[in-house]
Amino acid sequence: MARLTEENIRLAREIIGRYPKARSATIPLLHLAQEQDGYVTNEAMSHIGELVGASSAEVFGTASFYEMFKFEPVGKYLINICGTMSCALMGSEELMHQAEERLGIKMGSTTPDGKFTLEHAECQAACTEAPCLQVNYRYRYRVTPDELDALIDDLAAGNLSSEIPAHGTVAVVRQHIPADRAVGAIAPELVTENPAWLDGKAAL
Amino acid sequence: MTTIDTTETNDVPPKDPNAVSITINGRTVEARKGDLIIAAADSVDEYIPRFCYHPRMSSVGMCRQCMVEVEGPRGPMMVVSCMTPVAEGQIVRTDTPQVKRAQEGMIELLLANHPLDCPVCDKGGECPLQDQAFSHGAGESRFVEEKRHYEKPIPISDLVFLDRERCILCDRCTRFADEVAGDPLISFTQRGNNTQIMTFPDEPFASYFSGNTVQICPVGALTASPYRFKARPWDLEQRESTCTTCSVGCRTVVQSSRDELLRYQGVDSDPVNWGWLCDKGRFNFQSTNSEDRLSTPQIKSGDSFVTSSWSDALESVARVIRHSREGSVAILGGARGTNEDAFVWGALADAAGITMRDAQLDDGLPASVFSHPQATIDSACAGGTVILLAPDIKEELPVLYLRLRDAVQKKRIRLIEISSHETGLTKYAWKSIRAESGTAAAAMPALLAQADIAAQLASGPVVIVAGRPNLAESASHTMDAVDAVLAVAPSASVLPVLRRGNVRGALSLGLGPRNGNDAAAILNASAKGNVDCLILLGADPLSDIADVDLARRGIAGAKFVVAIDTFLTASASHADVVLPAAAYGEKDGTTMNLEGRVTSVVQKITPHGTSRADWIIAVELMTLLGHESNFTTLSDIQDAMSAAVPGFGSTTTTVAIKRDGIVVSVTPPSSTSASTSVAAPRNSYEFRLDLSRKLFDRAIGTITSPSLANLATEANVFIHPLDLDRVGTAEGTNVRVSNSHSSIVLPVRALSSIPRGTAWVPFNQIGADVRELVRRNESITDVRIESM
Repeated sequence: MARLTEENIRLAREIIGRYPKARSATIPLLHLAQEQDGYVTNEAMSHIGELVGASSAEVFGTASFYEMFKFEPVGKYLINICGTMSCALMGSEELMHQAEERLGIKMGSTTPDGKFTLEHAECQAACTEAPCLQVNYRYRYRVTPDELDALIDDLAAGNLSSEIPAHGTVAVVRQHIPADRAVGAIAPELVTENPAWLDGKAAL
Repeated sequence: MTTIDTTETNDVPPKDPNAVSITINGRTVEARKGDLIIAAADSVDEYIPRFCYHPRMSSVGMCRQCMVEVEGPRGPMMVVSCMTPVAEGQIVRTDTPQVKRAQEGMIELLLANHPLDCPVCDKGGECPLQDQAFSHGAGESRFVEEKRHYEKPIPISDLVFLDRERCILCDRCTRFADEVAGDPLISFTQRGNNTQIMTFPDEPFASYFSGNTVQICPVGALTASPYRFKARPWDLEQRESTCTTCSVGCRTVVQSSRDELLRYQGVDSDPVNWGWLCDKGRFNFQSTNSEDRLSTPQIKSGDSFVTSSWSDALESVARVIRHSREGSVAILGGARGTNEDAFVWGALADAAGITMRDAQLDDGLPASVFSHPQATIDSACAGGTVILLAPDIKEELPVLYLRLRDAVQKKRIRLIEISSHETGLTKYAWKSIRAESGTAAAAMPALLAQADIAAQLASGPVVIVAGRPNLAESASHTMDAVDAVLAVAPSASVLPVLRRGNVRGALSLGLGPRNGNDAAAILNASAKGNVDCLILLGADPLSDIADVDLARRGIAGAKFVVAIDTFLTASASHADVVLPAAAYGEKDGTTMNLEGRVTSVVQKITPHGTSRADWIIAVELMTLLGHESNFTTLSDIQDAMSAAVPGFGSTTTTVAIKRDGIVVSVTPPSSTSASTSVAAPRNSYEFRLDLSRKLFDRAIGTITSPSLANLATEANVFIHPLDLDRVGTAEGTNVRVSNSHSSIVLPVRALSSIPRGTAWVPFNQIGADVRELVRRNESITDVRIESM
C-alpha cells in the first residue's frame, strides 16, 4: 500500500507535463493512484503532493470532495444501485435487498473475498431506463432481480472481464495527446496563437 | 496677495486617478481604486456583519453574511460586499429591509448546524457569531431538526483543538495557513453537508503560527490548549503591550484574570506584525505563571541556597562590588529587560566604573552593524532586493518571516539568500545560494557580479538582513559578507536581526560593550581570574553561549557571581547571590525592536513573589554604593533617557508612543570593527559545523511553558545523504562527532538540502550538547564524523 510505482511516477510526470501548473494534475494522479492500489492510500496522497507541490492535506481535501475516490479498499466490482425517485418507483429497493441477500453483505460494504462492493447511489441520469445500476460505472438498464443474480454470476465467473475492467482502471489519464494538441507547460495567459485544432476558424 | 483662492484660478489640482467616491447609506465615502465595499464601509464605521472577511487575507465570499444593496441599472441588487470592489458613483445601502432579511437569513442558516453550547464554549462572550446573531440575527430559528454531530474537540496539533460542530466553514484558518503562514496543513475535506476542516491523517497542524487561527476563528471551533476553560472573556482584563520574545516586537494584548496571565492576542500594528504572533510568543505566558519562578533572593551557603531578605542580598552584592578591584566588575545581559532597565543598569555601570558589559551573548553581531544606514521591516518589504545574511528567519524571527514571505508572494521584493543550509525562506527566495560557513564573504564579489544578480541589485533598493547564521562561526564572517555587499551596493541599508527581545534597546541605552570588551572577552577575563564580581542580568551563558567551555571557565573563574533572573537557570545555580526579577507582564516600560522602534510594554499582573523590576534593583544598588540616582518612578528614567541619549527624544515616553511606536535612530557605541577573519580551508575528511537555532528548544522560557516544553526535538546531526555513505553509517544510527576539543555522540540524519561537507546541528535540543566542540577563538568549527 504505497506510493506510486516507478512506472506510475514516469506516467505521473508525463501527466503533470500536460498542464501549465503542476497542481492541475492532482485529480488525474489520484485516478492513477486509485488504479494502482484499488483505492487512494494515504501514502499515495502524500506522494502526489510531493509531485505537484501541494501539501498532503490539500491533496486529501481535493480527493475527499469526490465520491469516486475511495479511501478504503473496495471490491473488484463496485455495484452502485440507484435509489432516486424513478428507480425507487420502478423497484430499486427490491434490487438492493436482492443484492444484499445474494452477496450476504449490507449496502455500503464489501464481500469478504474482496470481489464485490455494494453502494447506494443517487440519480445516475438514466431515469427512462429505471431501475438502473452501474458496475464500475458501466450502466445496466431496467434491471430485474433475476438479471441482477445473473450479472453477479457472470462477474464472479469473469465472463464480463473484457467489458468491465476491475475497479479503479482508468482510461483517460493514459490517453496520448498529440504534441500539436497539447497545451503543454505554457500558462494560458501566455498563449498568443490559436491552437492548431481551430484550423483557421475564428475563436469563439 | 498672500493667499491663493483656488476657486478664482483654473489651477485645480488634478484628481487622483486612484480616488473613488461612493455613497454608503447616503454618506459620501472616499475610497481607493480596488478597495472593497466592506473596507470602505469600515473606514467610516458603517459596520457590515461578516465572518470570513479578514483585512489581512484575500477575500473569498465564503459566509455570505456581508450582503449589501448596490444601486444598479435595474434597481438595487444584492452583492457580497467583501468581494465587490468600489466603483465611482456607486450607491451602497447596508440597512434596507432587503439587506436585513438577507443577513438574518444567513445567520439563521449558519445557526442551523451550530450547537448552542455557548455557556460552555471558550468563545462565548467574544464570539463574532454570538455577537452578530444578536446584532444582525432574527432572534429565533425555524430549524427544529437534529443538528449535525461530530466527535467533540479533536486535537489537530499539540496546541490547537478543533470542534467541527461549531465550525461555520468560513475558510479563515485554512486561508491563514495557506496564504499567510505558508503551511497548508489544514484543508476543507469532504463535501456538502459533510464538509469539514481537517488535517491529513497523522500529519498534525504543526505550524509555528497555529495560534493565529485560534485568534481569527469567528466561532469557538478552534481553541488553544493553554487557554481552554481558563477564563470567560468578561473576566479578562487586558492591556496592550509588545512581545519581547524575539526582537521583532509584535504588538499584543496581555490578558489576565485574578492576577494570573491567561492569554496573549496579536494586535494589528501596520509596520510590524499585522496582527500575527508566533506560537512561542503567544503561549510562553505560561512560563510567567510557572511554579518554578524565583520568588525570593537566595544566598549561596555551602552548596545550597538559603532564602534571604532583599536588604541582606543587596547589601552582600554591594559589599562585593565595593571591594572589587578596579575594573573587575562585569555585567552580562540586559536584553530581556526594558529600555528603562537597560538605562538604569547602564547608569549604575557608569557611576560605579563598570566597563565590562555586553547585552549580547556572543551570538549576535558587533554594534558596528548599526552604523550602516538602517532599514525597517516596511522598507525591506516595500520593494527591490532583500539579501539574507542571517539565521533562519522562520525559526528565529517568525513574524518577520511572515512579512518577508508576504512581500515575495505579492511580488514586491526578490530575496537572495546566502546560507549554509536550507531555511524556511529558501523556497521563496529568488536565488538561494549555499555557501559553506566561513566562505560567504569571499564568494560575495563573484556572486554579486553575476549578470542577473547585478541587474536585480541595480533595479531598486537593496536591504541586507544581517544576523549570525551559525553560532559555530565567528561574527566577523557575517560582517565581512555585509561589507562585501555594501561594496557592490553602497546605498544598501541594513536590517540587523539580533537575538533576544530588547537587544537593540540594551545595546543603545548603556549595556553595549565598551572598548571591544564583549561577552567573550569578559568571560575570558573572568576565566583568568580578573573578574571579582560577575553580574548576570537575565543572562544564562552556560545555556546560551556557543563556546560552553568558555562559559564554564568564565563562571568558575569569577570570584563572585550575581544572577538576576526569573528562574534558577543553569548559570544562576552557580551564583553566589540570586535576585528574583520581575518578568514580562510584570513591569511597565518601553522596548526597542530590531528596527529601533520604541513601543511600550506594560505591567498586567503583580510581580511573582518578591521579585522586582531590573531597574529597581539597579537603583537600590546605586543607593547602597553611594551614588545618587534620582530615579524613583519610570517617568524619572524616561526623562533622564530623553536628556542623555541622543535620538531618544521626549516622543519615546510611554505616554507619547502609540500602538505602532516610533523608530529612533540611536547608534550604540561601537568599538573598532572586528578583525577580518579568513577561514582555513576545510580538510576534505572533515565537516564544517553549522550550529543554528530552532524556534522551540530548551530555552528556559520554553521549557517552563508546559504547552511548549515538549516541542523541542531530539538532537541530531544532519548531513547530506551521500556523506552518510562516506561516513559509512545509516540514517538514525549514532555517530561520533569530534574534533580536537571534545567528542560527542549524536544520531545522524540525512537531508539532501544540506551541502556536502556541512554538518548541521540545531542548537539546544534534547540530547548531547554539540557546543562542547565549539571554541570562540576559532572562527569556524570543523568536526569529524565517524561511525561507531
